[in-house]
Amino acid sequence: MTHADGDADMPTFSKSAPHPKERRLILAAAEDPDFDGTIEAYEGRGGYGELKKAFGMKPEDICKEVLDSGLRGRGGAGFPAGMKWKFLDRRSGKPIYLICNADESEPGTFKDRQIIHKDPHQLIEGMMITAFAIQAKQAFIYIREEMPHGARILEEAIEAARARGYVGDNILGGDYSCDLVVHRGAAAYICGEETGLIESLEGKRAYPRIKPPYFPAALGLYMCPTIVNNVETLCNVKHIIAMGGEAFAKIGTPGNTGTRIWCLSGHVQKPGYYEVECGKVTYGELIHDLGGGLLPGRKLQALIPGGSSAKVLRAGERFTGKLRSGEAFDWGIDDIPLDFDSPMAAGSMSGSGAVIVVDDSVSIVEVLANINAFYAHESCGQCTPCREGSLWMKKITGRMVSGGARKEDAALLASIGDQIAGRTICAHGEACAWPTQSFVAKFRDEFEAAAQRNPDEWKNREFRLV
Amino acid sequence: MPFEPSSELAAYAEKVVQRYPERRSAIMMILHALQREQGCISLEAQEWVAGFLGIAPIKVREVVSFYPFYREHPVGKRHIRVCRTLSCALNGGYAVCDSFKQAFDTGLDEISPDGRVTIEFAECLASCGTAPVALVDDDLHENLTPEKVRELCASIKAETPAAPPPAPAGETAE
Ligand SMILES: Cc1cc2nc3c(=O)[nH]c(=O)nc-3n(C[C@H](O)[C@H](O)[C@H](O)COP(=O)(O)O)c2cc1C
Ligand code: SF4
Ligand code: FES
Repeated sequence: MTHADGDADMPTFSKSAPHPKERRLILAAAEDPDFDGTIEAYEGRGGYGELKKAFGMKPEDICKEVLDSGLRGRGGAGFPAGMKWKFLDRRSGKPIYLICNADESEPGTFKDRQIIHKDPHQLIEGMMITAFAIQAKQAFIYIREEMPHGARILEEAIEAARARGYVGDNILGGDYSCDLVVHRGAAAYICGEETGLIESLEGKRAYPRIKPPYFPAALGLYMCPTIVNNVETLCNVKHIIAMGGEAFAKIGTPGNTGTRIWCLSGHVQKPGYYEVECGKVTYGELIHDLGGGLLPGRKLQALIPGGSSAKVLRAGERFTGKLRSGEAFDWGIDDIPLDFDSPMAAGSMSGSGAVIVVDDSVSIVEVLANINAFYAHESCGQCTPCREGSLWMKKITGRMVSGGARKEDAALLASIGDQIAGRTICAHGEACAWPTQSFVAKFRDEFEAAAQRNPDEWKNREFRLV
Repeated sequence: MPFEPSSELAAYAEKVVQRYPERRSAIMMILHALQREQGCISLEAQEWVAGFLGIAPIKVREVVSFYPFYREHPVGKRHIRVCRTLSCALNGGYAVCDSFKQAFDTGLDEISPDGRVTIEFAECLASCGTAPVALVDDDLHENLTPEKVRELCASIKAETPAAPPPAPAGETAE
């Protein structure tokens, strides 16, 4: 099988022993050195047992378990999966589609890659249970082009599952049939946005659709009711069936159930992916215990808590307020619990679970310039504020670094950010504006100084970010 | 001259359209196969895809021109895509890119003088934990350093014979 075919993709298959603070549910098999991801190995661990269990249940009872589990989407928005499934328009009588979002394109995120490469059958089982629960006519995995080996692994795994009656016609010998198709993107970030993804899957440019009315649950693929869920979300469905929704809801904290895989990168000793119980471990523990801390002699400058579109946190900042439970909090960055609600309470978001550490060895202006170059490249171009604004933000941070900046540039930059968010078709508008808005607000002094600085001063820096 | 698909490509296209409820959905998979076989996607090939799917040629070109991975012009024998995005940049991604360029004495987005490679920047390749990274064709190379890049380039040179592109005067019409 693929895993042993001498892929040059090799290091992706490196496995890590769990840190004592980890709790592995999704990565349990994937990171087991004795597990090779084949269907034999997967069945050997009881794999596809939950599919059999689920097919003995009523579809609506599966949906109920998922609702009770409190499972929230792992792709970015953290919307409860069971609720999303409930919104499916079943009265239209049109076929229902299921799509797995494996575009994994938010900078800093690399968790879905681990699942796809090391444990593809977990995703396939989660998807087929979901397909049965929502009574989908057909299911798709939309995987980014930059993971060609991942696409091949999935295709081979699907064929193996089909041969055993887990996918395709008359699943498990019953009368429910559902095919599963792997579809490859072509390097456009906006295909991660669910309606852009749907347009792309229809064979068009990935131009996101306006919501309302085009909520996928009502008007999705081919204008039929469609569920789009992230890879990690769909894997969780299998574990919800295994233990029951109520037991699943006891993992983590109320409203933030289950485990989550956090992707740690940037300036840390041990970057990597770490699966922990929601709300039971903090950003400080992730960075210092699991991630081995900062590099020697360096100090934290900033933390991006949930993918590069998340609002930045400045080292030394304090976050105070009241949680939904009414409890008051007073946190430094290190104290923020790793879950969905806490980063939001701190004014940012957990997003895709990508944590990027920035130490004091780089200029914060250059960090934003790097981020702005990404979002300017990835705007689909439909909306003027996003298309023009993202380019202007790139241009202004670019000239702050390379010369030609103007005195008023910090203020100009902030005002462009303010004119994008809330005025666009899709959330790429927010995704591109939030970094600029938050960086300039929290590091105003640096941006003002950069606007005045002689560009020659930049030339001595250790390395470039733009 | 109209484009003639190879028998493999034609068979693949026939097979892949069956997977989708609507024919047009197969366009990206067909373009992937076409580009893999031809190196790039010519206007003539786009017309063939359009005919095969029963859509206007402009609908194909809209797709080809939107997605960064599709191209209408050839690249070198090996396609190197170096991640430019934040986690890689914080770990020396730009220096890694410079090392690739030096090894082949080339700039970005062009075929190197020896015809062996085209080097491009790519956006986040979803392997930020092993930054900096680069894709060489389908293969991901992780935790790169200028030293590792030199070794990698040496092996590319050993595996790929030099084939300088024809002089501009002999350029074929596109
Ligand atoms: C610009 C943009 C990019 C996105 N990229 C991704 C992505 O790469 N992967 C993903 O799962 N969700 C991504 N999302 C979120 C999806 O639109 C969608 O909410 C998600 O796939 C739903 O799955 P979930 O509920 O399981 O999280 C993105 C959203 C936006 C606005
Ligand atoms: S907000 Fe940006 S990415 Fe989204 S539809 Fe508008 S232009 Fe496209
Ligand atoms: S930033 Fe380079 S792989 Fe993500």
